[in-house]
Amino acid sequence: MFLRQVWTIAAKDLHSELRTKEAWNASIAFTIVILLLFSFAFDPSSEQIREFSGGLLWMTYAFAGALVLNRSFARELQNDCLDALIASPVSSAALFTGKAFANFALLFAVEAVSLPVFVLFYNVPLGPAQFGPMLLVMVLGTWALTVIGTLFSALTVNLRLRELMLPTLVYPMMIPALISAMTITTNVLASNPAGFGLRFLVGFDIIFTMLALVFVDTVLVG
Amino acid sequence: MNALEIDGVWKYYGDFPALRDVGLGIAPGSALALLGRNGAGKTTLLRIIAGLSRPSRGTIRTQGSIGALGHGIGVYDELTAVENLTLFGRLHGLPDPRKRAEEMLVRVGLGRVRDGLAREFSRGMRQRLAVGRAFLHDPEVLLLDEPFTALDDRAIAVLQSMIQEMRDKGRTIVMSTHQLREALELASHVALLQRGQIVHAGERTQQMLDDTGWLYRTYGDN
Amino acid sequence: MREKIIIGLAAFSGALLAWNMNTIFTALPDELNQGAIYRIIYFHVPANILGMLGFGLGMLLSIGYLVTKDLRYDALAASVTEVSLVFASIGLATGSIWARIIWGVWWAWDYRLTSWLVCWLIFGGYLMLRRAIDEPNQRARFAAVISVLGSVNAYISYMSIKWWTTQHPQPVLTIRDGGGMAPGMEAPIYWNLLALACFSAILVMVRTRQEAIANEIDTLRRMAHAQ
Repeated sequence: MFLRQVWTIAAKDLHSELRTKEAWNASIAFTIVILLLFSFAFDPSSEQIREFSGGLLWMTYAFAGALVLNRSFARELQNDCLDALIASPVSSAALFTGKAFANFALLFAVEAVSLPVFVLFYNVPLGPAQFGPMLLVMVLGTWALTVIGTLFSALTVNLRLRELMLPTLVYPMMIPALISAMTITTNVLASNPAGFGLRFLVGFDIIFTMLALVFVDTVLVG
Repeated sequence: MNALEIDGVWKYYGDFPALRDVGLGIAPGSALALLGRNGAGKTTLLRIIAGLSRPSRGTIRTQGSIGALGHGIGVYDELTAVENLTLFGRLHGLPDPRKRAEEMLVRVGLGRVRDGLAREFSRGMRQRLAVGRAFLHDPEVLLLDEPFTALDDRAIAVLQSMIQEMRDKGRTIVMSTHQLREALELASHVALLQRGQIVHAGERTQQMLDDTGWLYRTYGDN
Repeated sequence: MREKIIIGLAAFSGALLAWNMNTIFTALPDELNQGAIYRIIYFHVPANILGMLGFGLGMLLSIGYLVTKDLRYDALAASVTEVSLVFASIGLATGSIWARIIWGVWWAWDYRLTSWLVCWLIFGGYLMLRRAIDEPNQRARFAAVISVLGSVNAYISYMSIKWWTTQHPQPVLTIRDGGGMAPGMEAPIYWNLLALACFSAILVMVRTRQEAIANEIDTLRRMAHAQ
């Protein structure tokens, strides 16, 4: 029952998003523009680009992610749909998980589409040997962003200053995960071993997922 | 066994008690009209029963499923009428959500626009869709928060007939309202809420029907 | 009674601080490698210890609120967290000054500094969030969630010098199997810690009283606006 509800919620969010494409369009456009702009700012042929490639990529993903994650619970405000969902038999945990999965899918899609842009314009050496590790860090890093963003989307949904509070609260929380993802990515692209960052990111994901599931009911219902 | 058992419920906003030691036992098959002026706590109480808010103290026990119709419409603009109801059908775990959704749409007079986007509906049509959502899973207990406010004639007719259907099936109804006349006609019991306290609870009498202001006058206006 | 405690603590911590300053500035010699600036450690370390412990204590108090729904836990949690934020600021600032002199830069993006700055940002956000919510119970609930999540980062910051190679010095205090300092140099850290702890107790008491009064005013306002 829980899984069915999670699936229903996730499908609904994705279905709605496919219809309106609001967050998707904004996210994709933003990501590609930022990547292009920075590619003008830095000389893509230099060796230094390798060093901050990971950083740049994840900064872009984090900002684009905010566009997706903010809408997550905000889309329920219209017509008081959030009340209808909470009053239904769906538990807060199922609601959260469904939305998190939908957000993850969306965010991952944005990242996947913009990755080739990144590889092209920054002359990044992304060979077949790196696909696996790259995929792994993208999954782990994106999940961290998703969990935090979705939880805080729920928390700020009814606040007066939602547009301001969400980024203020969310970005600092994301920083440890972002830094790990950045260093792992830079290592992967330089064909170095991933390092401690990988274990840290896994631990971070697990802990924050558990905390989010514990707290989401307090946040939504109290 | 009461359909709805409310025991010692308090709700605090800060140190201010919006609900004070509210206790009600609502027998199955009865229809309770919850009366009170603005700010008396009717919506607060209904929200707590619906599970949208936690009481600061006290317990609520319900027998069976709950359907809630509040101030908000609770349907998604970007989905069609049938998609909306199918979604809620799935969330409630109905065996054949799609079929049930289509039946309900016919019942509320939206059968011909089942594939229309909720966004494109007129106000009255959206309200009827909301009624369909609330009654979709054939709930044991129906919570209606000022349901007749701002409904057009057709929507009122649909709602009244569906409430009557529920009554004939022996379901339980709790309705808060300002429309004393309509409420008292439908109600078997009456409860008056004043500043968060139940000052009167009992059967609906003929006197109340004949003289709708009697209740308020008897319990003063302090 | 409360005033007496506050005055007593103030006198005690003031005296202790004065005595300790005397030790630090007159009795102790300069450090071999760092020169005079090493003395900043006597503020940097106690401030950061208090900040970190404070965030942890705030987390426990926040959980206390979530379990009991008693707003007094929330008032304490908010006060402790706010005072800890002040100490974290002092820690960051003193660290920055030391870094400028020793490393030549005001800031470095190593894991210890970064994670502590993240804590500072999160708990700064905690205070901002409290300002943004009017209803005391909702405010307490949401603040409690932030407090718990933020404390995870405080723990990360604490462990950062173990988990990664950092520019920030490794532990030197004997209580953390540190490398050890010259005899007589370690004790003033703990004395300062005690003095600042007493001082922070005063701040927490004052702040808690403020929260209680604010809640009272909020309640009266609601009562006045109700019928």
